[in-house]
Amino acid sequence: MRLDAADRQLIDSYQRNLPVCERPYEEMARTLGLTEEEVIQRLSALQEQQVLSRVGPVFEHSQAGASLLAAVAAPEEQMDLVAARINRAPGVNHNYAREHTYNLWFVMTAPDEDTLEERLDELEHQLKLPMLRLPMVEGYHIDLGFDIDWEALP
Amino acid sequence: MNLPATGPNYSYLFDTGSMSAWGLLRLREQLENGLPLTPRPYQTLAERTGLSEQQVMNAVSQWQQQGLIKRLGLVVKHRTLGYRANAMVVWNVPDDRVSTLGEAMAAAACVTLCYQRPRRLPDWPYNLFCMIHGVSRERVLNQLASLIEQHELNDVDHAILFSNKAYLQRGGRYVSNC
Repeated sequence: MRLDAADRQLIDSYQRNLPVCERPYEEMARTLGLTEEEVIQRLSALQEQQVLSRVGPVFEHSQAGASLLAAVAAPEEQMDLVAARINRAPGVNHNYAREHTYNLWFVMTAPDEDTLEERLDELEHQLKLPMLRLPMVEGYHIDLGFDIDWEALP
Repeated sequence: MNLPATGPNYSYLFDTGSMSAWGLLRLREQLENGLPLTPRPYQTLAERTGLSEQQVMNAVSQWQQQGLIKRLGLVVKHRTLGYRANAMVVWNVPDDRVSTLGEAMAAAACVTLCYQRPRRLPDWPYNLFCMIHGVSRERVLNQLASLIEQHELNDVDHAILFSNKAYLQRGGRYVSNC
């Protein structure tokens, strides 16, 4: 999706350090040479177009609660069905098809480790598929706020 | 007060002085859906949580300082923008090299995420993961080739798991019940 210069600038400037003040969108508008209303409209439109998932905080998972990457090997013809079941499980926030025997990869979050285990046990039981549970041991780089390479995009 | 079952992770909720613990829990729940797109978003959150606008701003600032909030800003869906070739590259690295190699790979411009996870033998021999959010398969494979060359990984067993479909992508729900 091609974005205009103002949208690109909005993304380039505010993937982090969004102001914490009474009128944050006004402050952003001043920096970008837009009006507060334009900033809000652009952000709404970008959310609607699925360019942004949201405006707001990304929580540090190790402090926010429990989370875990898991994978199942679903029969090829049942991928969509199994994926839909995974999506319905409580706490699932990412779910991707990947090219491997373990072809569905998802992240589940919960308030604490025990709840997470219970949810995964329940899901594993429901799916009747072997599940890889891969908690994080050590993070070396975890930040998806990287600079967008606009030139390289289609 | 009848607090929900909590792990040690909830302690920061009570570090914010006189603010209501329930109000702060509700605030976290609201924040998991993102900041409202109203002229005074922190006031909107205050109305939804029973806190004051100032308390909401204080809590958000404090959570940033404490690291509970690691980033406050626009959360991009890279796939929509054209990052269509998302590759999870997994490596089976000797245990005594994994941290050094993890740190080194994390520094590469093309690597957007990098972490260590446990092996699950015999099905899953890989212990180091790195993610490349790429524009095309070809470009990602080139980026991977230079990574291998740069870090002398020719003899390290690895696999590339491209993702061909996102079934779900949203923020973590640690407090909310869905």
